[in-house]
Amino acid sequence: MIAIKNISKTFRQEKKVFKALDDVSLEIEQGDIVGIIGFSGAGKSTLIRSVNLLEKPDEGQIIVNGKDLAKLSSSELAKERKKIGMIFQHFNLLSSRTVFDNVALPLELDNAGKAEISKKVNELLKVVGLEDKANEYPKSLSGGQKQRVAIARALANDPYLLLCDEATSALDPVTTQSILQLLKDINQRLGITILLITHEMDVIKAICNHVAVIDKGRLVVKGSLEEVLSDREHPIIKQFSISKTVNIPQSISSTLKREPEAGLFPLVEVELNGNILFEKLLSVIYSDYKIPYKLITADVEYLGKASFGKLLLHLQGSPVENEKAIRYFNKNNIQNTIKGYA
Amino acid sequence: MLDESTVSLLFKGLGETVYMTFVSGFFGFLLGLPVGIVLFLTRKGQLLENRSYNRSLSVLVNVFRSIPFIILIVWLIPFTRAMVGTSIGVNAALVPLSIGSAPFIARLVENSLLEVPAGLVETARALGAGPIQVTRKVLLPEALPSLINNASITLITLVGYSAMGGAVGAGGLGQVGYQYGYVGYNAFIMNTVLILLIALVFLIQFLGDRLSKKFNHR
Repeated sequence: MIAIKNISKTFRQEKKVFKALDDVSLEIEQGDIVGIIGFSGAGKSTLIRSVNLLEKPDEGQIIVNGKDLAKLSSSELAKERKKIGMIFQHFNLLSSRTVFDNVALPLELDNAGKAEISKKVNELLKVVGLEDKANEYPKSLSGGQKQRVAIARALANDPYLLLCDEATSALDPVTTQSILQLLKDINQRLGITILLITHEMDVIKAICNHVAVIDKGRLVVKGSLEEVLSDREHPIIKQFSISKTVNIPQSISSTLKREPEAGLFPLVEVELNGNILFEKLLSVIYSDYKIPYKLITADVEYLGKASFGKLLLHLQGSPVENEKAIRYFNKNNIQNTIKGYA
Repeated sequence: MLDESTVSLLFKGLGETVYMTFVSGFFGFLLGLPVGIVLFLTRKGQLLENRSYNRSLSVLVNVFRSIPFIILIVWLIPFTRAMVGTSIGVNAALVPLSIGSAPFIARLVENSLLEVPAGLVETARALGAGPIQVTRKVLLPEALPSLINNASITLITLVGYSAMGGAVGAGGLGQVGYQYGYVGYNAFIMNTVLILLIALVFLIQFLGDRLSKKFNHR
Protein backbone atom coordinates (compact mmCIF):
# COMPACT_ATOMS: atom_id res chain seq x y z
CA MET A 1 0.00 0.00 0.00
CA ILE A 2 2.83 2.37 0.88
CA ALA A 3 6.08 1.84 -0.92
CA ILE A 4 9.19 3.80 -0.12
CA LYS A 5 11.46 3.22 -3.09
CA ASN A 6 15.19 3.90 -3.02
CA ILE A 7 15.00 7.28 -1.34
CA SER A 8 18.10 9.27 -0.52
CA LYS A 9 18.51 12.61 1.18
CA THR A 10 21.63 14.64 1.74
CA PHE A 11 21.82 17.72 3.92
CA ARG A 12 24.43 20.31 3.16
CA GLN A 13 25.39 22.79 5.81
CA GLU A 14 28.04 25.19 4.72
CA LYS A 15 30.90 22.81 4.00
CA LYS A 16 29.55 19.78 5.80
CA VAL A 17 27.69 17.13 3.84
CA PHE A 18 25.50 14.74 5.76
CA LYS A 19 23.78 11.81 4.13
CA ALA A 20 20.63 11.33 6.20
CA LEU A 21 19.06 8.67 4.00
CA ASP A 22 20.94 6.34 1.71
CA ASP A 23 18.92 4.29 -0.76
CA VAL A 24 16.14 3.34 1.66
CA SER A 25 13.32 1.07 0.52
CA LEU A 26 10.43 -0.19 2.62
CA GLU A 27 6.99 -1.57 1.94
CA ILE A 28 4.16 -1.20 4.36
CA GLU A 29 1.04 -3.33 4.13
CA GLN A 30 -2.45 -2.06 4.82
CA GLY A 31 -3.39 -2.51 8.49
CA ASP A 32 0.15 -3.28 9.65
CA ILE A 33 2.06 -1.63 12.48
CA VAL A 34 5.62 -1.03 11.34
CA GLY A 35 8.35 0.30 13.57
CA ILE A 36 11.65 1.82 12.55
CA ILE A 37 14.26 1.85 15.27
CA GLY A 38 17.57 3.64 15.28
CA PHE A 39 19.87 5.75 17.39
CA SER A 40 19.58 9.52 17.23
CA GLY A 41 21.05 10.85 14.03
CA ALA A 42 20.46 7.57 12.21
CA GLY A 43 18.01 9.24 9.84
CA LYS A 44 14.76 7.85 11.18
CA SER A 45 13.14 11.25 11.59
CA THR A 46 14.06 12.24 8.04
CA LEU A 47 12.62 8.94 6.84
CA ILE A 48 9.22 9.33 8.48
CA ARG A 49 9.00 12.97 7.39
CA SER A 50 9.67 11.86 3.83
CA VAL A 51 6.52 9.77 3.79
CA ASN A 52 4.25 12.82 3.70
CA LEU A 53 6.93 14.88 2.01
CA LEU A 54 7.52 17.28 4.89
CA GLU A 55 11.07 16.48 3.85
CA LYS A 56 11.60 16.10 0.12
CA PRO A 57 13.95 13.25 -0.73
CA ASP A 58 16.64 14.02 -3.33
CA GLU A 59 16.08 10.72 -5.07
CA GLY A 60 13.55 7.91 -5.03
CA GLN A 61 9.80 7.66 -4.84
CA ILE A 62 7.09 7.57 -2.22
CA ILE A 63 4.19 5.61 -3.68
CA VAL A 64 1.00 5.88 -1.67
CA ASN A 65 -2.01 3.99 -3.00
CA GLY A 66 -0.44 3.93 -6.43
CA LYS A 67 0.36 7.65 -6.51
CA ASP A 68 3.85 9.05 -6.62
CA LEU A 69 3.62 11.86 -4.04
CA ALA A 70 6.58 13.81 -5.41
CA LYS A 71 4.82 14.20 -8.76
CA LEU A 72 1.69 15.83 -7.28
CA SER A 73 0.96 19.55 -7.41
CA SER A 74 0.97 21.32 -4.06
CA SER A 75 -2.81 21.29 -3.79
CA GLU A 76 -2.99 17.59 -4.67
CA LEU A 77 -0.26 16.91 -2.14
CA ALA A 78 -2.20 18.83 0.53
CA LYS A 79 -5.19 16.60 -0.25
CA GLU A 80 -3.09 13.45 0.16
CA ARG A 81 -1.58 14.76 3.38
CA LYS A 82 -5.04 15.10 4.89
CA LYS A 83 -5.38 11.33 4.65
CA ILE A 84 -2.08 10.76 6.43
CA GLY A 85 -2.25 11.60 10.13
CA MET A 86 0.87 12.50 12.02
CA ILE A 87 1.79 12.83 15.69
CA PHE A 88 4.99 14.23 17.14
CA GLN A 89 7.31 13.90 20.11
CA HIS A 90 6.36 17.34 21.43
CA PHE A 91 2.66 17.01 20.58
CA ASN A 92 2.57 20.33 18.67
CA LEU A 93 -0.78 21.47 19.96
CA LEU A 94 -1.81 25.08 19.38
CA SER A 95 -1.57 26.85 22.74
CA SER A 96 -4.15 29.42 21.63
CA ARG A 97 -6.84 26.81 21.09
CA THR A 98 -8.81 24.68 23.51
CA VAL A 99 -8.68 20.89 23.28
CA PHE A 100 -11.89 20.96 21.25
CA ASP A 101 -10.59 23.60 18.84
CA ASN A 102 -7.28 21.80 18.41
CA VAL A 103 -9.06 18.66 17.29
CA ALA A 104 -11.35 20.79 15.11
CA LEU A 105 -8.42 22.40 13.25
CA PRO A 106 -8.13 19.84 10.41
CA LEU A 107 -11.89 20.05 9.87
CA GLU A 108 -11.78 23.85 9.80
CA LEU A 109 -9.09 23.64 7.14
CA ASP A 110 -11.64 21.77 5.04
CA ASN A 111 -14.30 24.38 5.77
CA ALA A 112 -16.55 21.85 7.48
CA GLY A 113 -19.81 23.10 9.01
CA LYS A 114 -20.14 23.84 12.72
CA ALA A 115 -22.54 20.98 13.44
CA GLU A 116 -20.37 18.51 11.58
CA ILE A 117 -17.26 19.68 13.40
CA SER A 118 -18.91 19.45 16.79
CA LYS A 119 -20.18 15.93 16.12
CA LYS A 120 -16.86 14.66 14.82
CA VAL A 121 -14.73 16.30 17.52
CA ASN A 122 -16.87 14.92 20.34
CA GLU A 123 -16.66 11.48 18.77
CA LEU A 124 -12.87 11.69 18.56
CA LEU A 125 -12.51 12.98 22.10
CA LYS A 126 -14.46 9.94 23.23
CA VAL A 127 -12.08 7.65 21.30
CA VAL A 128 -9.11 9.10 23.19
CA GLY A 129 -10.99 9.39 26.48
CA LEU A 130 -10.87 13.16 26.94
CA GLU A 131 -14.52 14.21 26.61
CA ASP A 132 -14.34 16.09 29.89
CA LYS A 133 -11.33 18.16 28.82
CA ALA A 134 -12.89 19.67 25.70
CA ASN A 135 -12.80 23.25 26.97
CA GLU A 136 -9.40 23.20 28.61
CA TYR A 137 -6.29 24.70 27.11
CA PRO A 138 -3.33 22.41 26.37
CA LYS A 139 -1.19 24.01 29.07
CA SER A 140 -3.37 22.46 31.78
CA LEU A 141 -2.97 18.93 30.39
CA SER A 142 -0.38 16.28 31.23
CA GLY A 143 1.98 14.97 28.53
CA GLY A 144 -0.08 11.85 27.98
CA GLN A 145 -3.28 13.86 27.66
CA LYS A 146 -1.62 16.21 25.18
CA GLN A 147 -0.58 13.27 23.03
CA ARG A 148 -4.15 11.95 23.17
CA VAL A 149 -5.42 15.29 21.88
CA ALA A 150 -2.80 15.15 19.12
CA ILE A 151 -3.96 11.64 18.23
CA ALA A 152 -7.58 12.80 18.08
CA ARG A 153 -6.51 15.66 15.82
CA ALA A 154 -4.57 13.28 13.57
CA LEU A 155 -7.67 11.10 13.23
CA ALA A 156 -10.03 13.95 12.34
CA ASN A 157 -9.69 13.49 8.58
CA ASP A 158 -10.21 9.71 8.80
CA PRO A 159 -6.67 8.88 7.69
CA TYR A 160 -5.64 5.45 6.45
CA LEU A 161 -2.10 5.94 7.73
CA LEU A 162 -0.79 7.33 10.99
CA LEU A 163 2.83 8.48 11.23
CA CYS A 164 4.26 8.57 14.75
CA ASP A 165 7.44 10.62 15.05
CA GLU A 166 8.92 9.56 18.43
CA ALA A 167 5.41 9.92 19.81
CA THR A 168 6.19 8.47 23.23
CA SER A 169 9.75 9.71 23.72
CA ALA A 170 8.70 12.61 25.93
CA LEU A 171 6.46 10.47 28.13
CA ASP A 172 7.09 8.42 31.25
CA PRO A 173 6.98 4.60 30.95
CA VAL A 174 3.42 4.17 32.27
CA THR A 175 2.02 6.88 30.02
CA THR A 176 4.01 5.45 27.12
CA GLN A 177 2.30 2.10 27.58
CA SER A 178 -1.16 3.67 27.68
CA ILE A 179 -0.50 5.68 24.51
CA LEU A 180 0.84 2.56 22.78
CA GLN A 181 -2.29 0.66 23.82
CA LEU A 182 -4.40 3.46 22.36
CA LEU A 183 -2.46 3.25 19.08
CA LYS A 184 -2.88 -0.50 18.96
CA ASP A 185 -6.57 -0.09 19.65
CA ILE A 186 -6.90 2.47 16.85
CA ASN A 187 -5.06 0.14 14.50
CA GLN A 188 -7.39 -2.74 15.30
CA ARG A 189 -10.69 -0.90 15.57
CA LEU A 190 -10.30 1.57 12.75
CA GLY A 191 -7.92 -0.44 10.59
CA ILE A 192 -5.46 2.43 10.35
CA THR A 193 -1.94 1.49 9.27
CA ILE A 194 0.73 2.80 11.63
CA LEU A 195 4.33 3.69 10.86
CA LEU A 196 6.34 4.73 13.88
CA ILE A 197 9.92 5.63 14.60
CA THR A 198 11.54 5.29 17.98
CA HIS A 199 14.84 4.72 19.74
CA GLU A 200 13.24 2.45 22.32
CA MET A 201 13.09 -1.29 21.78
CA ASP A 202 10.24 -1.53 24.30
CA VAL A 203 8.00 0.53 22.04
CA ILE A 204 8.74 -1.78 19.12
CA LYS A 205 8.13 -4.88 21.21
CA ALA A 206 4.87 -3.50 22.56
CA ILE A 207 2.99 -2.93 19.32
CA CYS A 208 4.91 -3.54 16.09
CA ASN A 209 4.36 -6.47 13.76
CA HIS A 210 7.20 -5.53 11.44
CA VAL A 211 10.46 -3.82 12.25
CA ALA A 212 13.23 -2.13 10.34
CA VAL A 213 16.51 -1.06 11.88
CA ILE A 214 18.06 2.10 10.51
CA ASP A 215 21.71 2.97 10.94
CA LYS A 216 23.67 5.79 9.29
CA GLY A 217 20.86 6.40 6.82
CA ARG A 218 20.50 2.79 5.70
CA LEU A 219 17.95 0.15 6.61
CA VAL A 220 20.21 -2.62 7.85
CA VAL A 221 17.58 -5.19 8.87
CA LYS A 222 13.93 -5.64 7.96
CA GLY A 223 11.47 -8.32 8.94
CA SER A 224 8.81 -9.46 11.34
CA LEU A 225 9.34 -8.65 14.99
CA GLU A 226 10.33 -12.24 15.88
CA GLU A 227 12.74 -12.47 12.97
CA VAL A 228 14.48 -9.26 13.85
CA LEU A 229 14.64 -9.93 17.58
CA SER A 230 16.09 -13.40 17.14
CA ASP A 231 18.86 -12.06 14.91
CA ARG A 232 21.09 -11.50 17.94
CA GLU A 233 24.24 -11.65 15.89
CA HIS A 234 23.57 -8.34 14.24
CA PRO A 235 25.63 -5.72 16.11
CA ILE A 236 22.95 -3.01 15.94
CA ILE A 237 20.15 -5.27 17.13
CA LYS A 238 22.42 -6.54 19.86
CA GLN A 239 22.88 -3.02 21.13
CA PHE A 240 19.17 -2.41 21.20
CA SER A 241 18.07 -5.68 22.68
CA ILE A 242 20.65 -6.30 25.37
CA SER A 243 18.22 -6.20 28.19
CA LYS A 244 19.31 -4.56 31.35
CA THR A 245 21.86 -6.67 33.20
CA VAL A 246 20.30 -8.97 35.71
CA ASN A 247 21.09 -7.85 39.22
CA ILE A 248 22.09 -10.45 41.74
CA PRO A 249 20.26 -9.76 44.99
CA GLN A 250 22.51 -8.49 47.77
CA SER A 251 21.74 -11.40 50.12
CA ILE A 252 23.27 -13.77 47.57
CA SER A 253 26.01 -11.60 46.11
CA SER A 254 27.51 -11.02 49.56
CA THR A 255 28.15 -14.74 50.02
CA LEU A 256 28.86 -15.55 46.38
CA LYS A 257 32.07 -17.53 45.80
CA ARG A 258 33.98 -17.62 42.54
CA GLU A 259 35.00 -21.28 42.78
CA PRO A 260 32.80 -24.27 43.52
CA GLU A 261 32.90 -25.54 47.09
CA ALA A 262 31.21 -28.39 48.85
CA GLY A 263 27.70 -27.37 49.89
CA LEU A 264 27.50 -24.47 47.43
CA PHE A 265 25.31 -24.45 44.36
CA PRO A 266 25.87 -22.71 41.01
CA LEU A 267 24.09 -19.46 40.19
CA VAL A 268 23.39 -19.47 36.44
CA GLU A 269 22.32 -16.59 34.26
CA VAL A 270 20.30 -17.91 31.34
CA GLU A 271 19.44 -15.86 28.27
CA LEU A 272 16.33 -16.73 26.29
CA ASN A 273 16.67 -15.97 22.61
CA GLY A 274 13.32 -17.21 21.45
CA ASN A 275 14.51 -20.75 20.85
CA ILE A 276 12.88 -22.15 23.97
CA LEU A 277 9.79 -21.18 25.91
CA PHE A 278 10.30 -20.04 29.49
CA GLU A 279 7.91 -22.68 30.88
CA LYS A 280 9.54 -25.39 28.81
CA LEU A 281 12.94 -24.55 30.23
CA LEU A 282 11.71 -24.73 33.80
CA SER A 283 9.84 -27.98 33.23
CA VAL A 284 12.92 -29.58 31.65
CA ILE A 285 14.96 -28.77 34.73
CA TYR A 286 12.36 -29.76 37.25
CA SER A 287 10.44 -32.63 35.65
CA ASP A 288 12.91 -34.18 33.21
CA TYR A 289 16.16 -33.73 35.17
CA LYS A 290 14.51 -33.60 38.61
CA ILE A 291 16.81 -30.82 39.75
CA PRO A 292 15.50 -28.63 42.55
CA TYR A 293 16.12 -24.96 41.82
CA LYS A 294 15.34 -21.46 42.98
CA LEU A 295 14.31 -18.88 40.40
CA ILE A 296 16.02 -15.74 41.72
CA THR A 297 14.95 -13.21 39.10
CA ALA A 298 13.34 -13.38 35.68
CA ASP A 299 12.87 -10.64 33.11
CA VAL A 300 11.05 -12.45 30.35
CA GLU A 301 8.86 -11.27 27.53
CA TYR A 302 6.61 -13.28 25.27
CA LEU A 303 6.49 -12.42 21.60
CA GLY A 304 4.14 -14.70 19.79
CA LYS A 305 5.28 -18.22 20.65
CA ALA A 306 8.76 -17.24 21.74
CA SER A 307 10.24 -16.05 25.02
CA PHE A 308 12.98 -13.46 25.24
CA GLY A 309 14.82 -12.24 28.27
CA LYS A 310 17.14 -13.17 31.08
CA LEU A 311 16.76 -15.21 34.23
CA LEU A 312 18.86 -16.04 37.21
CA LEU A 313 18.63 -19.66 38.34
CA HIS A 314 20.05 -21.12 41.48
CA LEU A 315 20.43 -24.82 40.66
CA GLN A 316 20.28 -26.88 43.83
CA GLY A 317 20.85 -30.43 42.63
CA SER A 318 23.97 -32.58 43.06
CA PRO A 319 27.05 -31.43 41.09
CA VAL A 320 26.41 -34.17 38.51
CA GLU A 321 22.76 -33.15 38.06
CA ASN A 322 23.63 -29.49 37.75
CA GLU A 323 26.25 -30.33 35.14
CA LYS A 324 23.55 -32.15 33.16
CA ALA A 325 21.40 -29.05 33.08
CA ILE A 326 24.27 -26.90 31.84
CA ARG A 327 24.99 -29.46 29.15
CA TYR A 328 21.33 -29.35 28.12
CA PHE A 329 21.54 -25.53 27.78
CA ASN A 330 24.68 -25.73 25.68
CA LYS A 331 23.25 -28.47 23.48
CA ASN A 332 20.17 -26.35 22.76
CA ASN A 333 22.05 -23.13 22.16
CA ILE A 334 20.72 -21.49 25.28
CA GLN A 335 23.27 -18.93 26.40
CA ASN A 336 24.27 -19.38 30.01
CA THR A 337 26.91 -18.09 32.35
CA ILE A 338 27.77 -19.29 35.81
CA LYS A 339 27.87 -16.16 37.94
CA GLY A 340 29.33 -17.94 40.95
CA TYR A 341 28.47 -20.39 43.72
CA ALA A 342 26.31 -19.82 46.76
CA MET B 1 -4.33 78.69 36.80
CA LEU B 2 -6.69 76.01 35.56
CA ASP B 3 -9.20 78.28 33.92
CA GLU B 4 -11.79 77.02 31.50
CA SER B 5 -9.86 77.88 28.34
CA THR B 6 -6.72 76.09 29.54
CA VAL B 7 -8.72 72.99 30.46
CA SER B 8 -10.44 72.88 27.08
CA LEU B 9 -7.11 73.48 25.36
CA LEU B 10 -5.54 70.53 27.20
CA PHE B 11 -8.53 68.29 26.57
CA LYS B 12 -8.54 69.14 22.90
CA GLY B 13 -4.82 68.40 22.75
CA LEU B 14 -5.25 65.09 24.58
CA GLY B 15 -8.13 64.10 22.28
CA GLU B 16 -6.06 64.89 19.20
CA THR B 17 -3.07 62.95 20.49
CA VAL B 18 -5.19 59.90 21.28
CA TYR B 19 -6.81 60.18 17.86
CA MET B 20 -3.50 60.47 16.02
CA THR B 21 -1.92 57.65 18.02
CA PHE B 22 -4.67 55.12 17.54
CA VAL B 23 -5.73 55.96 13.99
CA SER B 24 -2.16 56.04 12.69
CA GLY B 25 -1.47 52.89 14.72
CA PHE B 26 -4.38 51.26 12.91
CA PHE B 27 -3.13 52.32 9.48
CA GLY B 28 0.42 51.46 10.48
CA PHE B 29 -0.69 47.92 11.21
CA LEU B 30 -2.71 47.80 8.02
CA LEU B 31 0.54 48.46 6.12
CA GLY B 32 3.03 46.80 8.45
CA LEU B 33 1.25 43.54 9.27
CA PRO B 34 1.20 42.14 5.71
CA VAL B 35 4.77 43.30 5.15
CA GLY B 36 5.84 41.59 8.39
CA ILE B 37 4.04 38.40 7.39
CA VAL B 38 5.70 38.38 3.97
CA LEU B 39 9.09 39.11 5.55
CA PHE B 40 8.58 36.09 7.78
CA LEU B 41 7.18 33.70 5.17
CA THR B 42 9.94 34.41 2.65
CA ARG B 43 12.73 33.83 5.17
CA LYS B 44 15.07 30.92 4.74
CA GLY B 45 13.40 27.68 5.73
CA GLN B 46 9.90 29.16 5.88
CA LEU B 47 6.85 28.32 3.81
CA LEU B 48 7.43 30.71 0.91
CA GLU B 49 11.20 30.89 1.10
CA ASN B 50 12.36 33.37 -1.50
CA ARG B 51 15.72 35.03 -1.12
CA SER B 52 15.28 37.88 -3.56
CA TYR B 53 11.80 38.94 -2.34
CA ASN B 54 12.97 38.78 1.22
CA ARG B 55 16.11 40.78 0.50
CA SER B 56 14.37 43.56 -1.44
CA LEU B 57 11.57 43.91 1.10
CA SER B 58 14.06 43.91 3.93
CA VAL B 59 16.11 46.66 2.29
CA LEU B 60 12.97 48.77 1.73
CA VAL B 61 11.96 48.36 5.37
CA ASN B 62 15.44 49.29 6.55
CA VAL B 63 15.52 52.41 4.34
CA PHE B 64 12.26 53.69 5.80
CA ARG B 65 13.36 52.83 9.31
CA SER B 66 16.53 54.88 8.90
CA ILE B 67 14.74 58.13 8.05
CA PRO B 68 14.42 60.25 11.20
CA PHE B 69 10.73 60.91 11.81
CA ILE B 70 11.01 64.69 11.81
CA ILE B 71 12.61 64.55 8.36
CA LEU B 72 10.08 62.02 7.13
CA ILE B 73 7.25 64.47 7.93
CA VAL B 74 8.85 67.16 5.79
CA TRP B 75 9.92 64.77 3.07
CA LEU B 76 6.37 63.39 2.78
CA ILE B 77 4.66 66.83 2.53
CA PRO B 78 3.90 66.59 -1.22
CA PHE B 79 2.51 63.09 -0.75
CA THR B 80 0.49 64.16 2.30
CA ARG B 81 -0.99 67.07 0.34
CA ALA B 82 -1.98 64.70 -2.44
CA MET B 83 -3.59 62.30 0.03
CA VAL B 84 -5.49 64.62 2.41
CA GLY B 85 -5.31 67.98 0.64
CA THR B 86 -3.30 69.73 3.35
CA SER B 87 -0.01 69.31 5.18
CA ILE B 88 -1.16 70.89 8.45
CA GLY B 89 -3.40 69.49 11.15
CA VAL B 90 -4.29 66.24 12.78
CA ASN B 91 -5.38 64.39 9.66
CA ALA B 92 -2.31 65.43 7.71
CA ALA B 93 -0.16 64.05 10.53
CA LEU B 94 -1.75 60.63 10.07
CA VAL B 95 0.08 60.12 6.79
CA PRO B 96 3.69 60.37 8.02
CA LEU B 97 2.76 58.71 11.31
CA SER B 98 1.30 55.67 9.54
CA ILE B 99 4.09 55.45 7.00
CA GLY B 100 6.74 56.04 9.64
CA SER B 101 5.43 53.33 11.94
CA ALA B 102 4.69 50.70 9.26
CA PRO B 103 8.27 49.43 8.75
CA PHE B 104 8.79 49.41 12.51
CA ILE B 105 5.60 47.37 12.88
CA ALA B 106 6.66 45.05 10.05
CA ARG B 107 9.85 44.14 11.93
CA LEU B 108 7.96 43.64 15.19
CA VAL B 109 5.44 41.38 13.44
CA GLU B 110 8.24 39.39 11.83
CA ASN B 111 9.80 38.90 15.26
CA SER B 112 6.50 37.85 16.83
CA LEU B 113 6.00 35.23 14.14
CA LEU B 114 9.53 33.93 14.66
CA GLU B 115 8.58 33.10 18.23
CA VAL B 116 5.93 30.60 17.08
CA PRO B 117 7.44 27.10 17.42
CA ALA B 118 8.40 25.72 14.00
CA GLY B 119 6.77 22.41 14.91
CA LEU B 120 3.34 24.04 14.78
CA VAL B 121 3.83 25.20 11.20
CA GLU B 122 5.06 21.73 10.32
CA THR B 123 2.01 20.16 11.94
CA ALA B 124 -0.30 22.40 9.96
CA ARG B 125 1.52 21.45 6.76
CA ALA B 126 1.13 17.78 7.64
CA LEU B 127 -2.60 18.46 8.01
CA GLY B 128 -2.65 19.75 4.45
CA ALA B 129 -2.82 23.49 5.22
CA GLY B 130 -1.60 25.98 2.59
CA PRO B 131 0.42 29.12 3.39
CA ILE B 132 -2.66 31.32 3.86
CA GLN B 133 -4.32 28.81 6.16
CA VAL B 134 -1.11 28.36 8.13
CA THR B 135 -0.89 32.13 8.59
CA ARG B 136 -4.53 32.61 9.55
CA LYS B 137 -5.07 29.52 11.67
CA VAL B 138 -1.68 28.98 13.24
CA LEU B 139 0.83 31.81 12.96
CA LEU B 140 -1.32 34.82 13.82
CA PRO B 141 -3.38 33.22 16.63
CA GLU B 142 -0.28 31.69 18.20
CA ALA B 143 1.61 34.99 17.95
CA LEU B 144 -1.33 37.07 19.22
CA PRO B 145 -0.08 37.74 22.78
CA SER B 146 3.28 38.83 21.39
CA LEU B 147 1.59 40.90 18.66
CA ILE B 148 -0.46 42.70 21.31
CA ASN B 149 2.69 43.48 23.28
CA ASN B 150 4.24 44.86 20.13
CA ALA B 151 1.12 46.92 19.45
CA SER B 152 1.58 48.57 22.87
CA ILE B 153 5.19 49.34 22.00
CA THR B 154 4.09 50.80 18.67
CA LEU B 155 1.34 52.95 20.18
CA ILE B 156 3.68 54.30 22.83
CA THR B 157 6.20 55.16 20.13
CA LEU B 158 3.40 56.88 18.22
CA VAL B 159 2.51 59.00 21.25
CA GLY B 160 6.05 60.31 21.09
CA TYR B 161 6.04 60.71 17.30
CA SER B 162 2.73 62.57 17.33
CA ALA B 163 4.09 64.98 19.93
CA MET B 164 7.07 65.55 17.65
CA GLY B 165 4.68 66.20 14.80
CA GLY B 166 2.91 68.74 17.01
CA ALA B 167 5.95 70.97 16.82
CA VAL B 168 5.52 71.27 13.05
CA GLY B 169 1.78 71.86 13.01
CA ALA B 170 0.21 68.47 13.60
CA GLY B 171 -1.81 69.51 16.66
CA GLY B 172 -2.29 67.43 19.78
CA LEU B 173 -0.54 67.66 23.13
CA GLY B 174 2.78 68.09 21.39
CA GLN B 175 1.69 71.33 19.84
CA VAL B 176 0.15 72.60 23.09
CA GLY B 177 3.33 71.80 24.97
CA TYR B 178 5.51 73.36 22.31
CA GLN B 179 3.51 76.55 21.80
CA TYR B 180 2.52 77.31 25.36
CA GLY B 181 5.41 75.71 27.08
CA TYR B 182 8.45 76.31 24.86
CA VAL B 183 7.44 79.41 22.90
CA GLY B 184 5.25 81.08 25.57
CA TYR B 185 7.20 79.59 28.45
CA ASN B 186 4.21 78.59 30.57
CA ALA B 187 5.72 76.03 32.89
CA PHE B 188 2.37 74.97 34.26
CA ILE B 189 0.95 74.01 30.86
CA MET B 190 4.18 72.34 29.84
CA ASN B 191 4.22 70.23 32.99
CA THR B 192 0.55 69.34 32.66
CA VAL B 193 1.16 68.23 29.07
CA LEU B 194 4.00 66.06 30.30
CA ILE B 195 1.86 64.48 33.01
CA LEU B 196 -0.92 63.80 30.51
CA LEU B 197 1.54 62.16 28.08
CA ILE B 198 2.98 60.03 30.88
CA ALA B 199 -0.51 59.00 31.98
CA LEU B 200 -1.41 58.08 28.39
CA VAL B 201 1.70 55.95 27.99
CA PHE B 202 1.07 54.16 31.30
CA LEU B 203 -2.54 53.51 30.34
CA ILE B 204 -1.57 52.02 26.95
CA GLN B 205 1.03 49.80 28.58
CA PHE B 206 -1.39 48.69 31.28
CA LEU B 207 -4.19 47.83 28.85
CA GLY B 208 -1.75 46.14 26.48
CA ASP B 209 -0.39 43.94 29.26
CA ARG B 210 -3.88 42.98 30.39
CA LEU B 211 -5.01 42.12 26.88
CA SER B 212 -1.87 40.17 26.06
CA LYS B 213 -2.22 38.15 29.26
CA LYS B 214 -5.83 37.41 28.48
CA PHE B 215 -4.90 35.81 25.17
CA ASN B 216 -1.82 34.01 26.42
CA HIS B 217 -2.50 30.35 27.10
CA ARG B 218 1.06 29.12 26.90
